[in-house]
Amino acid sequence: MGWAIAVHGGAGDIPLSLPPEKRLPREAGLRRCLDVGIAALKAHNHPLDVVELVVRELENNPHFNAGKGSVLTTSGTVEMEACIMDGKTMKCGAVSGVSTVVNAISLARLVMDKTPHIYLAFDGAEAFAREQGLETVEMSHFITPENIERLKQAQEADRVQLDYTQPIQKEVPKDAALADGDSQIGTVGCVAVDNEGNLATATSTGGIVNKMVGRIGDTPIIGAGTYANHLCAVSATGRGEAIIRGTIARDVAAVMEFKGLSLKEAAAYVIDQVPRGNAGLVAVSSTGEVAMPFNTTGMFRACATEDGYSEIAIWDSPTK
Amino acid sequence: MEASIMDGPKRRCGAVSGLSTVKNPVSLARLVMDKSPHSYLAFSGAEDFAKKQGVELVDNEYFITEDNVGMLKLAKEANSILFDYRIPTIGTCGAGAAAMESPLQMNGLPISVYAPETVGCVVVDKEGRCAAATSTGGLMNKMTGRIGDSPLIGSGTYACDLCGVSCTGEGEAIIRSTLAREVGAVMEYKGLNLHEAVDFVIKNRLDEGKAGLIAVSKNGEVACGFNTTGMFRGCATEDGFMEVGVW
Repeated sequence: MGWAIAVHGGAGDIPLSLPPEKRLPREAGLRRCLDVGIAALKAHNHPLDVVELVVRELENNPHFNAGKGSVLTTSGTVEMEACIMDGKTMKCGAVSGVSTVVNAISLARLVMDKTPHIYLAFDGAEAFAREQGLETVEMSHFITPENIERLKQAQEADRVQLDYTQPIQKEVPKDAALADGDSQIGTVGCVAVDNEGNLATATSTGGIVNKMVGRIGDTPIIGAGTYANHLCAVSATGRGEAIIRGTIARDVAAVMEFKGLSLKEAAAYVIDQVPRGNAGLVAVSSTGEVAMPFNTTGMFRACATEDGYSEIAIWDSPTK
Repeated sequence: MEASIMDGPKRRCGAVSGLSTVKNPVSLARLVMDKSPHSYLAFSGAEDFAKKQGVELVDNEYFITEDNVGMLKLAKEANSILFDYRIPTIGTCGAGAAAMESPLQMNGLPISVYAPETVGCVVVDKEGRCAAATSTGGLMNKMTGRIGDSPLIGSGTYACDLCGVSCTGEGEAIIRSTLAREVGAVMEYKGLNLHEAVDFVIKNRLDEGKAGLIAVSKNGEVACGFNTTGMFRGCATEDGFMEVGVW
């Protein structure tokens, strides 16, 4: 036993040739968020507070597809969604269609704590945010030049694209086999467990580039992109539509419970069931194990455990 | 209004939320599944998609009945939220809100008799292909923008190659327990048959929440379970068996 934390910044067709100016800020972001989470765990904060805190940091970082830096809808707008869940109580909160709230994950937390509901969306979510006095800004705050460019490219290619896909060329390069333009990516998430076995998960995203206005992905759907119970906490990333139909996050816990697999085995099993190039997840168990499997080219990720182990990675590493 | 539909064999799915003018939300959910690159569309984006697809649209008033207007008024006065057929509790409803004797009456009958209901259907054909669909107006006096379990794949609706499931009841409880997926998961990972799976899930997964579900399996079985007083339901199988029930 012991505390453990894992963080992701999105899985997808991250090219091995990713230039340093794109790779370094993200690695630095992951390192920083991991440190924030570790400090919070060491200070005996509840995992629910830890995951919210870490995801807020990721939302504020413009290099990740959540909060500032969110990818754009087909109309050039931002529609963010987020979800949080407490493993012990199974309480959860989710929001979608948020365009002015600086930290969607905190709004999801308030839905969980302050309403009789689990999930609020669009105008209703925005109204609730104002009622609660959450920080709101002009939508332009979230929009980065990188994402305006991504949208332009996606619209030129006229297909749905996700963050971390390589710029679309007239001929799709052969080695971008995973990408018929549809490699999923772009979401941030954090899972944590303290040394009493309390588990929590939080996920936040801008969605997929050029998505239809009103499109909801896996992130706010309990059991798909986000799930926690007394066994484990899971946050998934990738192609939303595949994660929804695979009920990925829920299945990791179900496989542990019903088939008696360890966290690593269960997580690997579930990711294996998803068509290649579509998903990744981070998970921790009540006993302090960590798993970060993915079947995409890469997944921005980091983890740390109380015994001093820590890791930051993008592509395959010997210890996954 | 919200709805979802799921096709067992390939687990394709479609869902919609926040509809106000689409006459048949479940058909729009089907179009999301068949005609869009996504699985779930909501609010103005869903309404725009509906217009583009040319589905039948009506004025919002079309959906509103006198009974519901009356109930909303009472619910607001009592400052409560009414769950499907559950006796309303006063004040903010938490996960563990216990049923209380309701002082709320309309036309001399307890208000729970009038409370609105979710609808759903599950089907399996001769080849063992399962499908499920669920549709609802949600909770009386819900917060604007509240999404319940009905459009959430794995919660209110689920279908895979083993079964098709549609749930009804306290949306929040159904979401926490990912009820519809649970039936399939227990069959897949624990090897239970449909009836055992439904019993297990209703008995063990609903904490203090109240809900029910209907389910079919690829073997042509049909089952239902609920921990509420009753659940309006009907079922039929090819061999001629037919049943309609409430309690």
